Amino acid sequence: MTQTDLSWVRTELAQPMPAPPGERGLVAWVRKNLFASVGDTILTLVGLVLVAMILPPIIDWAFIQAQWTGPDRTVCATVAQGGTQPDGWSGACWSFVNAKFGQFMLGRYPLEERWRPILVGILFVALLAPLLIPRVPHKGLNAVLFFLVLPIVAFVLLVGGMFGLPHVETPLWGGLLVTLTLSFVGIVVSLPLGILLALGRRSKMPVVKMICIVFIETIRGIPLITVLFMASVMLPLFLPAGVTFDKFLRALIGVSLFAAAYMAEVVRGGLQAIPKGQYEGADSLGLSYWQKMYFIVLPQALKLVIPGIVNTFIGMFKDTSLVYIISMFDLLAIVRQNFSDASWASPQTPASGLIFAAVVFWLFCFGMSRYSMFMERRLDTGYKR
Amino acid sequence: MASQEVLREEPTRGSLINDPRVRSIFIQVVAALALILFIWWIVGNTIDNLQRLRIASGFAFLKGRAGFDIADSAIAYSSDSTYGRAILVGLINTAIVALAGIVTATIIGFMVGIGRLSNNWLIRKICTVYVEVFRNIPPLLVIFFWYFGVLSVLPLPRDSIELPFGSYVNSRGFYFPRAVWGEGAWLILLAFLLGIAMSWFVARKARQRQMATGQQFPVFWTSVALIVGLPLLAYVASGFPLSFDLPKKSTFNLTGGFQVKPEFLSLYLALSFYTAAFIAEIVRAGVRGVSRGQTEAAGALGLRSGPILRLVVVPQAMRIVIPPLTSQYLNLTKNSSLAIAIGYPDLTAIAGTVLNQTGQAIEPVLIMMAVYLGLSLLTSAIMNVVNAKMALVER
Repeated sequence: MTQTDLSWVRTELAQPMPAPPGERGLVAWVRKNLFASVGDTILTLVGLVLVAMILPPIIDWAFIQAQWTGPDRTVCATVAQGGTQPDGWSGACWSFVNAKFGQFMLGRYPLEERWRPILVGILFVALLAPLLIPRVPHKGLNAVLFFLVLPIVAFVLLVGGMFGLPHVETPLWGGLLVTLTLSFVGIVVSLPLGILLALGRRSKMPVVKMICIVFIETIRGIPLITVLFMASVMLPLFLPAGVTFDKFLRALIGVSLFAAAYMAEVVRGGLQAIPKGQYEGADSLGLSYWQKMYFIVLPQALKLVIPGIVNTFIGMFKDTSLVYIISMFDLLAIVRQNFSDASWASPQTPASGLIFAAVVFWLFCFGMSRYSMFMERRLDTGYKR
Repeated sequence: MASQEVLREEPTRGSLINDPRVRSIFIQVVAALALILFIWWIVGNTIDNLQRLRIASGFAFLKGRAGFDIADSAIAYSSDSTYGRAILVGLINTAIVALAGIVTATIIGFMVGIGRLSNNWLIRKICTVYVEVFRNIPPLLVIFFWYFGVLSVLPLPRDSIELPFGSYVNSRGFYFPRAVWGEGAWLILLAFLLGIAMSWFVARKARQRQMATGQQFPVFWTSVALIVGLPLLAYVASGFPLSFDLPKKSTFNLTGGFQVKPEFLSLYLALSFYTAAFIAEIVRAGVRGVSRGQTEAAGALGLRSGPILRLVVVPQAMRIVIPPLTSQYLNLTKNSSLAIAIGYPDLTAIAGTVLNQTGQAIEPVLIMMAVYLGLSLLTSAIMNVVNAKMALVER
């Protein structure tokens, strides 16, 4: 009997074939991502028209036609407006920003004392940068320096009046200095205060709970402007006669309390997401309330709500611009104030100044949100509920 | 044996300090006392200060003559009106700008949010840039940008830019034709309301019929026909009672028509564009939150992409979207108080003026707080009703 071996087994693996030409390369990408269907093509065309309408004028205005240097408004105004530019010219007036840069950063801080806020700024960056980079060691010492020592040093340097430094009154402060001081103090105060309020709101003691709920809900229900109004006009009435305190400090209190109420709600969300077993486990170990919260619950809860906390920070950073309403000069307000400077007033000045302020705010906020995303990924232990 | 006896004994009482119940009561009493003392101290100080500074207190000032003019008023108001009426004008202005902003922000936000999920790379990128730009700059800056950067550099009235439909735009605002209703115009309104009522009825009947027999009925087109067609019919039947008051160009100004002031326009545009960026993120998260299995299962049942979106994805996404959407609406309402920075007479601006004129610091702030809290509660209540409609009905 002859056996015909009909079966055939391939001994080596077949090599994968290259993708068909229509599925790779730029053409395929364009076809898949821009022209997948009739509707898609229409959308792409609409998008292209939109980009073509918006982008070239912006680039032209901000870079090509822009004036980067110049002594006064004449470089940013057309002949008809009393300047040197040809009629019909329209471009950004970066020379305005250039000339006012010192004011935008530090306000009316006396010129010969400006090294002080600049030194504080350098210290701030020098201490913040290693704190943010996870690989740098000595985090504990760094945090102590940043959150405890820096504020004291900064206070001495900025306010002065001791160690031979002349006193600089807060109404002279301005620009980015005010924006950053308000947000830094707001962040440092509102997080612990918010955690306390959130714990209070979750407390089993009805009186404490009531106080916290009323505080949080009232503050959250009203605009920041109202809180600032309260801080600036009502607070002086609440204090005994003769006791006054600085307007800057009042704004700080208003902003911090406002942010604390929002922070409390964010932290409460984190506390609620921790399973009951964790609380009970801590209780069964015989931990006291504060030990339970500090060692077991809060580390988990805060990690869960990092995005929310950073969102509140970003919101607060943006909201510091509202101190303009109670006539303090943060970055936005000082830009706004300089529109009316007669030697720079031109139709291009407001937009240029505002775009500069927008870029500064944007860099800070965008940086914060990106960093929080990075931290979220780093702290992610993989235990997803 | 001994251990059992020990167990049967009464637990030894520790010190009172270690009894959680006693401690809890003690802490609460201290907290309550501290709060009462604090309030008493504040009230005492305030009364002292008010007497010392000879500031009147109480709400009697509401009946006094206001004496200032308001540029934008929806109701009859002059400087002879009372403070109370001025505050009412402010309240109405706040409500108008908040409502208009909410509608526009929702529309832009939904478009951008869905755009960010599009398969189209270009659209996705445009929407991402929009969201990232507007989310990271302060709303006040956006308002300033519209007001100082865009609207105030528009040409003067005599070189107004002409837009379609007889409208104009210049540095004093946006002008468009005002509708003048003639006699019998109420018929059109009546027809419009009738159209809405009838389409609601048709939709109900159509659903009942579909539930019972499975037959569908073109509800959408019927409703369009009813809501648009009936008023049109009424318009023709009552003899064309509608005419337009067109803005006319004169040498220095535009006369006639309906003017939207630049203050309102910049506040409204800024609030809409700013809040829309947040709504877009909420919508994106909502649609992402509906698991892919739902879409695939609907596809397996033979639904096409339109009905899948309308009947399966959107209703589930709305459940995720509505609570944060509510808080964005509240934020928009609260942010409308930024009007004060550009001089749009909203509640905060007018209450601030009242505060400055009367010198009474406490009452206007209290009114502000009460109104904003009330508006917040009202918005939440409405959105809670919507949420309850949308919520998962578990069987």
